[in-house]
Amino acid sequence: MSGIILKDLDVWFGQGANRVDAVKNANFAVPLGESFGLVGESGSGKSTILRAITGLAETWSGTIIIDGKTLGHKRDSEFYKTVQMVFQDPYASLHPRHTVDQVLSETLSLHGFDDIENRIDKLLLDVGLGPSFRFRYPHQLSGGQRQRVAIARALAPEPRILLLDEPTSALDVSVQAEILNLLTDLRAQRGLTFLMVSHDLSVVSHMCSRMAVMQNGYIVEILSVEDMRGQNASHPYTRHLLASSLGFTSSEAAQ
Amino acid sequence: MSQTDLAAPTQGTGWRAWLLSDTPTSRRHAKVASLYQSWLQFRGNPMAMFGLMILVALVLIAAFASFISPYDPFVQELGNRLQPPGAEGHILGTDSLGRDLLSRIIYGSRITLYIVTLVAIIAPLIGLFVGTVAGYAGGFLDVVLMRITDIFLAFPRLVLALAFVAALGAGIENAVLAISLTAWPPYARIARAETLTIRNSDYIHAVRLQGAGALRIITKHIWPLCISSLIIRVTLDMAGIILAAAGLGFLGLGAQPPSPEWGAMVSDGRKFILDHWWVATIPGLAIFIVSLAFNLLGDGLRDVLDPKESGE
Amino acid sequence: MSDPSQPNLLEVEDLWVRFPTRSGVFDAVRGISFSLGKERLGIVGESGSGKSMTGRAILRLIRKPGRVEAKRISLEGRDLMPLSEKEMRAVRGYQISMIMQDPKFSLNPVLKVGQQIMEAYQVHTKGSNAEARQKTLDMLEAVAIRDPERVFNAYPHEMSGGMGQRVMIAMMMIPDPKILIADEPTSALDVSVQTQVLDIMDKLVRERGMGLIFISHDLNLVASFCDRVLIMYGGRIVEVCDADKLHEAKHPYTRGLLNSLPQLDKPCDKLEVLKRDPAWRDEPSVSGVL
Repeated sequence: MSGIILKDLDVWFGQGANRVDAVKNANFAVPLGESFGLVGESGSGKSTILRAITGLAETWSGTIIIDGKTLGHKRDSEFYKTVQMVFQDPYASLHPRHTVDQVLSETLSLHGFDDIENRIDKLLLDVGLGPSFRFRYPHQLSGGQRQRVAIARALAPEPRILLLDEPTSALDVSVQAEILNLLTDLRAQRGLTFLMVSHDLSVVSHMCSRMAVMQNGYIVEILSVEDMRGQNASHPYTRHLLASSLGFTSSEAAQ
Repeated sequence: MSQTDLAAPTQGTGWRAWLLSDTPTSRRHAKVASLYQSWLQFRGNPMAMFGLMILVALVLIAAFASFISPYDPFVQELGNRLQPPGAEGHILGTDSLGRDLLSRIIYGSRITLYIVTLVAIIAPLIGLFVGTVAGYAGGFLDVVLMRITDIFLAFPRLVLALAFVAALGAGIENAVLAISLTAWPPYARIARAETLTIRNSDYIHAVRLQGAGALRIITKHIWPLCISSLIIRVTLDMAGIILAAAGLGFLGLGAQPPSPEWGAMVSDGRKFILDHWWVATIPGLAIFIVSLAFNLLGDGLRDVLDPKESGE
Repeated sequence: MSDPSQPNLLEVEDLWVRFPTRSGVFDAVRGISFSLGKERLGIVGESGSGKSMTGRAILRLIRKPGRVEAKRISLEGRDLMPLSEKEMRAVRGYQISMIMQDPKFSLNPVLKVGQQIMEAYQVHTKGSNAEARQKTLDMLEAVAIRDPERVFNAYPHEMSGGMGQRVMIAMMMIPDPKILIADEPTSALDVSVQTQVLDIMDKLVRERGMGLIFISHDLNLVASFCDRVLIMYGGRIVEVCDADKLHEAKHPYTRGLLNSLPQLDKPCDKLEVLKRDPAWRDEPSVSGVL
């Protein structure tokens, strides 16, 4: 059973002479329960794929099938109960004037849950924040705590698929480890499907079993994490990324 | 950041600690604590506090006008006309009909407050509505709404207000309406500009991904963020609104005699300005002080509500 | 790299950076001492560790109401602490240069790139226009820009991030400073561009015999790029070590940071989570003086 299937997906912005093709002819399938990564540098189109799936990018063509249903250009509330997203920058993804409580209760009521009080407490516990965090504003939280709130918000409608857009790139490494562990645990507990975007090969390799490498809007290679770890990449760009991610080597020393 | 350094031991306990808490325990606590912290910041600005004090005094004067004014503002005493300030029984003197100037200023504060309050509610609301809808909807609706705004902006404010009052007829209510109708376009522009940046932020994307509709996003997510910059702008504009109201009064199109509107009083005193300067100057001073107070308040509010713009 | 027989370029003794807040004084940097020779010195730490403040404090670029206090910040034996603001301006750029994280905020958007670099040169050395222009073009070439003439006439917004950062480096290097402070110079860049930019900095520092202070949160990068590393935590230096021995670091904080990184070649189910010991904050600062 496939969770996410993309067939011939093109995404573009603008029109006419100003048209920019952000994603060109993307094809991949993610079975339910798998964790799949999208790797590439900025402008490679990896985040745009997530935005096309969620409907935030409206100009696309091709086929997107989520959980067996082919998506049109409008998303219904059923879709948002299946797919949720965690954004890159926890400093930008929480409304500055809303408390944690407001964020979560609004989300829950939008999805038509009752028993909101208990659900909020449960969600906060699930993401490793106690009830004491419930009435804080974002500015009273650290980056890692904010990202936990954002994860709680994404989990609120009990989705089966979670899209993760560089969820730790704005965080310190020690906090990154905490958030990645939290995501690993949540996936195991809830049987979630992950589609994770990152520029960091080691983060994607830690989290995902397969990954697609993107360059200039194209998927240049799809490979398993074992191939990535074993440096068995076939495409030169993938090898280049692998080499760059292993730290700095002076060009003189390399010669 | 090291919390140990930030938490000063001198904070003490009780209600103050409760208000300064970084770990609120209920919805109400969070609201109150956040308001109190803004208040602390506002209180640190002496000029803004000065402005606020003047305005509080103005409200008190207006509320208790009948108790504190020494005379009836409408009673004429023709034998006692054009007395200078300090004359017996009339601290600020009398006008051309022998009415006590102090009493008229005190009663006039009610009219000023009335005008200012109404305009401050009507104009930003129109602006907020037009601006956020245009900014969020974009496309055709944006173009239409913004062109209408531009048309209003193209006329000088007082001239447009004059035209409206001329069409609607003289009187305070019509003056309020005319000033509001000419004052909203800048607010619409501000609200639209803010909406354009807010619209593309991740927290709006996030709530869209929960299936929230446009109405909910505009009223619950965009408005609270636009309102602070509008409040700042309104308080800074308040002086202009008072002056516009006074200007209409001065031209005889606002408050009608014998109403003690400050602008009308200046207009009244203009005939005697050379020999009896105080008749026009005293209501002018009142306008000046209240305008200044609003400006100071606006500056202080900007520091609290919008720290980015304060230039520190 | 560092040669103990040579005198240090920079010596910092007991540096504090303090910010008064509503609830008392907040110390961002708490009494650190270190020295810099003709070497690449890395300062690593997490956000809030005081690493950026250290870099800024050397140039006295701390915003009011923050204060810089130190027993001594000496540049080739000359103490910078008693200098007036005006005298400091002559030190900034001329003797000590700084590269910031995002070039977009450091370049004037309405001036051509070439003009800005020329100005940086002419402020400190009174050369003719033609000479300054030639120097600028040479410098742009030195930072691996293929078409210096075109970049000379470009505006900052016409350049990519990597290009902008190279232009910044050119601008900072042209007065031939003795010390370069680079605050996260590559963290806004993609990994492949990052390597190029580091390569250029590395080459310039070697060839000109400069001292480099490289501030970063990226342990692997610092380990592979620098000669010596200071690890900062809570405004203090908790450990000093040679960069190539960073992976053998002893302090539990450094170890914790290293272990919390996911590694490509070492798969694991769960990452190690750093457990912060409150005692780390109160340990005395380790001296980074050579």
